[in-house]
Amino acid sequence: MSATTERPRLAVGRIGERLPREDAVPKVTGEFSYASDLSTPGMLWGDTLRSPHAHARVVSIDVTAALGLPGIHGALTHEDVPGKKLYGLEFADQPVLAIDRVRYVGEPVALVVAEHPEQARRALEAIVVEYEPLEPVVDMERALEQEPLHPDRPTMGHGYRDDRRPNVVRHLVIRHGDPDIAGDVVVTGTYELGIQDQAFLGPESGLAIPDGEGGVDIHVATQWLHVDRDQVAPCLDLRPEQVRLHLSGVGGSFGGREDLSMQIHSALLALHTGRPVKMVYDRAESFTGHVHRHPARIRCEHRATRDGRLTSVRMQILLDGGAYASSSTAVASNAASFGLGPYRVDNALIETTAVYTNNPPCGAMRGFGAVQTCFAAEAQMDQLAAELGLDPVELRLLNALEPGDSLPTGQVIEGSLPTREVIRRAAALPVPDQETLPRDPLRLPGGTGNTTTGEGIRRGVGFALGFKNICYSEGFDDFCAARVVLHADGSAVVHSAAAEVGQGVVGVMLQVARTELGTDEVTLAPHTTATVGSAGSTSASRMTWMAAGAVRDACRAALEERERRGGGEVDVERVHRHPRTTPLDPETGQITGERAHVALAVAAMRVVVEVDVELGLTRVVWVGTAQDVGKAVNPLALEGQIEGGTAQGLGLALMEEIVTRNGAIQNASFTDYLIPTALDMPPVEIELVEVPEPDAPYGVKGVGEPPTVVSTAAIVSAMRAATGRPLTRAPVRPDDICL
Amino acid sequence: MAPREIVVRVNGEEYRGSAEPRVTLVDFLRDELGLTGTHVGCEHGVCGACTILMDGRTVRSCLMLAVQAEGHELRTVEGLAPADGPLHPIQEAFSEKHGLQCGFCTPGFLMTVEELLRDDPDPSEETIRSRLSGNICRCTGYQNIVEAVRYAAELTREAAP
Repeated sequence: MSATTERPRLAVGRIGERLPREDAVPKVTGEFSYASDLSTPGMLWGDTLRSPHAHARVVSIDVTAALGLPGIHGALTHEDVPGKKLYGLEFADQPVLAIDRVRYVGEPVALVVAEHPEQARRALEAIVVEYEPLEPVVDMERALEQEPLHPDRPTMGHGYRDDRRPNVVRHLVIRHGDPDIAGDVVVTGTYELGIQDQAFLGPESGLAIPDGEGGVDIHVATQWLHVDRDQVAPCLDLRPEQVRLHLSGVGGSFGGREDLSMQIHSALLALHTGRPVKMVYDRAESFTGHVHRHPARIRCEHRATRDGRLTSVRMQILLDGGAYASSSTAVASNAASFGLGPYRVDNALIETTAVYTNNPPCGAMRGFGAVQTCFAAEAQMDQLAAELGLDPVELRLLNALEPGDSLPTGQVIEGSLPTREVIRRAAALPVPDQETLPRDPLRLPGGTGNTTTGEGIRRGVGFALGFKNICYSEGFDDFCAARVVLHADGSAVVHSAAAEVGQGVVGVMLQVARTELGTDEVTLAPHTTATVGSAGSTSASRMTWMAAGAVRDACRAALEERERRGGGEVDVERVHRHPRTTPLDPETGQITGERAHVALAVAAMRVVVEVDVELGLTRVVWVGTAQDVGKAVNPLALEGQIEGGTAQGLGLALMEEIVTRNGAIQNASFTDYLIPTALDMPPVEIELVEVPEPDAPYGVKGVGEPPTVVSTAAIVSAMRAATGRPLTRAPVRPDDICL
Repeated sequence: MAPREIVVRVNGEEYRGSAEPRVTLVDFLRDELGLTGTHVGCEHGVCGACTILMDGRTVRSCLMLAVQAEGHELRTVEGLAPADGPLHPIQEAFSEKHGLQCGFCTPGFLMTVEELLRDDPDPSEETIRSRLSGNICRCTGYQNIVEAVRYAAELTREAAP
């Protein structure tokens, strides 16, 4: 059976060392088994029929013709779902297979299973679905007045503000101090961001294998094995222990694997046929097979004194969540909670609304709500600096949020937040000199596509600051289990369900275990729901903190247990929890306990760009950043996270956008959805600021998201400096920068 | 269409398989020959994850049909280093310099770098970035990949007589 992840190779290393990846060797030799590489004897192939309509009533589905085709072992519709017909990451509002209505282009309608993937594809074409098209809801503002897409209001009654307007997923109002208080100067702006795709390189894939006793094993690339299991089992009408999720190799995730893709579908087909069933999405299907980053429209008004102190901020944030809730409620909370940026503001009114539409569903993507508001808030800070004639860095230092200050939710910051330090360190990085002309066309904006000799180049230097929370918030019971088996010979095995998606948590767990146990003889068991409790999700920059805590606690407990017993083999499991959070008050948006967010991390970034204002092309010349990381567990891996996170922010600033027309994605391929290449991405100069987080194991903080939060804002700031244009929309388009 | 028998040399060994004429080379390598180290990221020649060497030059195995490889000499990531032997200098450099995270794009990068270093044993940063610009990595931001290529060049030059 090849359906297990390669066991990571052993390398020596303790906390704080610069270490190569534990799984580097199998990944460079091609042995590492990604979800799409899985195979097993007798395996069949599943495929998905998807809706061509953004909004339609499903009148009838006829699979008869498909069933008669060669090699076909089954064709399933919603009638074949034995358990619950709806599922969802946080709210069960999404049909496993469309029932009487489809709400987005690409919504799963029927499944087929065949001997060969081509037979499955042909069978999909033979399924006859009669649709009655309905008017799609595609504008996030109009959505609040149109017919409700979910008349049963699935997200209401969960402690959020009860908003009766149609299509509201969540309406969060944070009222802090007296938002009407005057300032000497006022700057306003309306900002927009398009839909960004995670575009992980390894498309969705999974293999479901029936266990012969009514249960099923699902091998899949995911971010959270146990929450997958808890969504899959009820739909199959099985007990959780009858459904075992096993992590296969993950080809990147960035939030896009937090929601289910083919997990339930492959299991349905496997149980229907009694045979293993594999499903693999191609790139076009992947674009509709996972949620995206919310597009946003953000209106801001910032007031300040003449010497630059912010007196009050008003923000109205509108997020298009698309057809299903996914994690929109939490994205809305983050957008609001971190909307002001890491600045001390005593008076604020922040109103966030996430809506249902018939656009592609949106949910988690690296930065999660904070990316969108950072773009708006930092543009406002630059505008304010210009209005006041102040240096943008000085303005940020003057207003910097630090421990002892309050967030607009009333939460007093008690952990580490070295905002001034990251500003100073990033601002002190020397900016490279302007390169002379003429020069190698590769070093012109647009590269060899630039047909000039650089006459239209304008240089700009920008600066931005961004922050967000670490770990889950608002009262969520966020925990992580780890199990440690100490053998009599002194070696140890760590069991954890923490999903390694490329970020390097495997290395973190081994570093912790080796440090705690004082031995190099530590290995990791495969990640699975079968042998250990939930690790929680690889998201919200939480996995390093939570897995380090769980492995540390389990190691210490194992050593104590061995001491107590006087030797022999011990096997202990421990659950780590971070300090409890409490919900926000649904009416005021204020905290109801000490904190709604556990911890915060801040990053500052300085950027140099060259914009060719004749051709509308941009080259990011240089990026320097300082990031608050708590404690660097493996600085080599951490720098890789910062560089990669910055590249994704560069993509959102300059080129990445899912374009829709009447709800349908127009560019579901890597030809039409552009991703930064090695020529687009400059080297990143990095300063790590280590101020330990008091509540976290070893003082760590998550590091994956802050670079993505800050980089879009910083790059567009530099482009504004180069062009003098307001540039209120990301990604910036060539037309926006042609002077 | 009826399957055709295809004989190719892959990593120095002769492989016989059968495929319909419309089957892409990457599907043939992965599904028919079981060489899953070559990955499929976009299916239309943009991302470079499926890059292999044919008669020593890089090709996108998702843009070729298996029947076009008949009689040719192919090299995939599995053939970079001997099984159970030491890593190839490019593999060693990518491991050492953290030139990968999720690793899905890595085999395609390694094969591109193999060709690059044969053409230019001491490439400038510009050359490296230019030659790698047909391979997409979503995780690293390319910095450590560029570092890894420089280090691989160094290791290769040191190993050469």
